[in-house]
Amino acid sequence: MTQATTEATVPYEEALAAYDPVLGLEVHVELNTATKMFCGCATTFGAQPNSQVCPVCLGLPGALPVVNEKGVESAIRIGLALNCEIAPWCRFARKNYFYPDMPKNFQTSQYDEPIAFDGHLDVELDDGTTYRVLIERAHMEEDTGKSTHVGGATGRIHGATHSLVDYNRAGIPLIEIVTKPMVGAGERAPEIARAYVATLRDLLAALGVSDVRMEQGSMRCDVNLSLMPTGADRFGTRSETKNVNSLRSVERAVRFEIQRHAAILASGGSVTQETRHWHEDTGITTSGREKSDAEDYRYFPEPDLVPIAPAADWVERLRESLPEPPAARRRRLQGEWGYADLEMRDVVNAGLLDLIEETVAAGASPAGARKWWSGEIARRANADGRDVPAYAAAPRRDPRPCGGVGVVGHQRPTQ
Amino acid sequence: MTTELITATAAELAARLAAREISSVEVTQAHLDRTAAVDGAVHSYLHVDAEGALASARAVDRRRAAGESMPTLAGVPIAVKDVMTTAGLPTTCGSRILQGWIPPYDSTVVARLKAAGLPILGKTNMDEFAMGSSTEHSAYGPSRNPWDLDRIPGGSGGGSSSVLASFQAPLATGTDTGGSIRQPAAVTGTVGTKPTYGGVSRYGLVALASSLDQAGPCARTVLDTALLHEVMAGHDPMDSTSIDAPVPAVVEAARRADVAGMRIGIVRELTGEGFQAGVQQRFDEAVRHLVDAGAQVVEVSCPSFVYALAAYYLILPSEASSNLAKFDAMRYGLRVLPAGDDDPSAEQVMAATREAGFGDEVKRRIILGTYALSSGYYDAYYGSAQKVRRLISDDFAAAFASADVLVSPTAPTTAFKLGDKLDDPMAMYLNDIATIPANLAGVPGMSVPSGLAPEDGLPVGLQILAPAMQDQRLYAVGAALEARLQAAWGAPLLASAPDLTAATAKGA
Ligand SMILES: [Zn+2]
Repeated sequence: MTQATTEATVPYEEALAAYDPVLGLEVHVELNTATKMFCGCATTFGAQPNSQVCPVCLGLPGALPVVNEKGVESAIRIGLALNCEIAPWCRFARKNYFYPDMPKNFQTSQYDEPIAFDGHLDVELDDGTTYRVLIERAHMEEDTGKSTHVGGATGRIHGATHSLVDYNRAGIPLIEIVTKPMVGAGERAPEIARAYVATLRDLLAALGVSDVRMEQGSMRCDVNLSLMPTGADRFGTRSETKNVNSLRSVERAVRFEIQRHAAILASGGSVTQETRHWHEDTGITTSGREKSDAEDYRYFPEPDLVPIAPAADWVERLRESLPEPPAARRRRLQGEWGYADLEMRDVVNAGLLDLIEETVAAGASPAGARKWWSGEIARRANADGRDVPAYAAAPRRDPRPCGGVGVVGHQRPTQ
Repeated sequence: MTTELITATAAELAARLAAREISSVEVTQAHLDRTAAVDGAVHSYLHVDAEGALASARAVDRRRAAGESMPTLAGVPIAVKDVMTTAGLPTTCGSRILQGWIPPYDSTVVARLKAAGLPILGKTNMDEFAMGSSTEHSAYGPSRNPWDLDRIPGGSGGGSSSVLASFQAPLATGTDTGGSIRQPAAVTGTVGTKPTYGGVSRYGLVALASSLDQAGPCARTVLDTALLHEVMAGHDPMDSTSIDAPVPAVVEAARRADVAGMRIGIVRELTGEGFQAGVQQRFDEAVRHLVDAGAQVVEVSCPSFVYALAAYYLILPSEASSNLAKFDAMRYGLRVLPAGDDDPSAEQVMAATREAGFGDEVKRRIILGTYALSSGYYDAYYGSAQKVRRLISDDFAAAFASADVLVSPTAPTTAFKLGDKLDDPMAMYLNDIATIPANLAGVPGMSVPSGLAPEDGLPVGLQILAPAMQDQRLYAVGAALEARLQAAWGAPLLASAPDLTAATAKGA
């Protein structure tokens, strides 16, 4: 049997007639803590490259990590909001692999002891039905640095003459939220994927734990997809499409991968287990690196950190302090604004709830605010292929002045 | 005068400095002169910082002259093991891969030494990344044992042990992952303590095995070791594994030297077979001295200790393989381009650099650790080793239920000849058989001289082990033994070491 990494597709309806998609989503969320996960460096987005670094996040010999308590708190709040169990005791683990933008050549992450696990998130679809997405786990980890490959045609490493690495991002706290495989979504898989990511984004925004700006990479989505013949119960080989960074792209990427897998399977081939790159412009995925089951990260418990054991009463206090769930909030706001169901759904799908709420709070009429954001601005956004919130004039966080270059002082994380 | 300054104990120097009978500049210069005279033969140092040490000494003298009240050891110079980062001074860990690396920051230990006013003479030699028992795995050549220049000074901290035994410094720092402070102390007739795990900050110690590494003090007397212990130890918020509790009263214990009524446990598994006759003889005598001083002897059994070496050589390489991954030529240290490739990838540069930059022993352990952590092998190797570790802790707990401290010979033999075990890693590993259990359990341990083996005239060390955070017991026992032995000998053990200036003159 030939293994195929082609970009050929079959029509969507044809694919769905023969196969059931199995969907899994891994979402990485950058927390908006003021300092990094294991050191006291600032996390300001867009600072001069390598200006927010220290011995710890540069992985200098001898440096040691210290856990950012605010990061743990955010992780627990996310876990609670996703209806997860919170581990009474868990550890960090080292995920070992070599890559130039990873200063220690291991990522401090969590492996078999995630801080939150076994939860769910109810997702409202366009027709008003609710789909329950089961959450496998939410765990804490650190971001890597950011490589920029120079000289290649596509900005990827292949063909580049050299690469630049910015370690400002290295060590920024991430929460990885992993769903259980979603089975039975059928033709609605792309819609569910999009709705899940949108719901998750709203939830995280409501928690105030992240900027959740997909276009800046503070929320990144990997789409795992496989097909199995209709009625089968054994999952097929999956592909993992990395960094799908807008709601629209999530939907399109799922759709494309369904069509692509179906084309391979229909022609008698077998799907290659691999990571794939999403191309926003052409709407297709292309082969990344092959990812075999033999890939071995040699996880082991991080000996430089002590176990995390959140006190039960702390967890309960955090549970009590959770904000109004977005779905409840939507129902409340719809009542207050007097929007029709369809109007409300459009507003929510376009991610305009906060903007309209702010605009109404600033004195506009609910109807006027809706027309402004979902009319004029949405048209413009659609033409540019971006999300409307990217056009919001008011910055969500105050830009802070950045410090000098190459500061080597070291401090513990503060918040 | 100069000889007196270099043979004096740190406590004596501290007292005379405080009384302003001598200056730190004089003391520091005397040690630098000694280094100039003997280190060509001994090779304790990888880097000597005469200028920096004298500048620190001058600063201490100035402050003292101005009437400032100074910490006890202010003005007493010290040698620092090259595994601890020193801002502005090279830190190589005995490895080619860090040749020329100058850290931008001080380790917490070094910061505390500086705050306490100890001039730093230089950085001492060690087995590469602290992997070894002889310094023969240093990329910069071995250090030599001042008792016999053809023999090893122990390892990995052979630079620090030989710097003390050759009177180039009254104090030195060490790190002990499986015996790297205690075994070098034993074979050079000096004193060294591995404190309780978490007792001294690891921040700025280039990690070998994070869960085993512990920094500690090295000196020629038990009291000096205690004085340095007090400076180095204490909670550090930069090290998550650092214990947030008061430092055990080690100096007081060393001064009182009181073992009356103390129960001394002899570990059945760490005596007898496999230990050199003279080593065993000096051990038995030392125990009799402690009994004479009022201690009582109990025999304890630690049956899991026989698995300690095997567990250690799974846990250590596993952690080391991950800790040493950062040496990849991307940000600091050596960078080697692969031969015959004009346009190498980052991965090729990493591979070529690690191939050229790491020595054989380091590569051996990286390979072992990578294998032990591999999926499919993890449970059998790393997982089983962690279970053994638990059993060893249980053995200690049971032993400490019937004994206040445990004792054994520190090392099975006296110093062996350079080259003798270099091609036999297993024989080299067996050197640490008595010291490894303490690292696996995180309990404190000390080595204190117990005499010279009659058959070869070389130093023998007694190991003392105590429960976690009871480090002061080591000092009580060590000081009591030291006092009685020195009374018997009529002088410190090192007074009978050969005259190095003569050896150096002959060699030159
Ligand atoms: Zn940092």
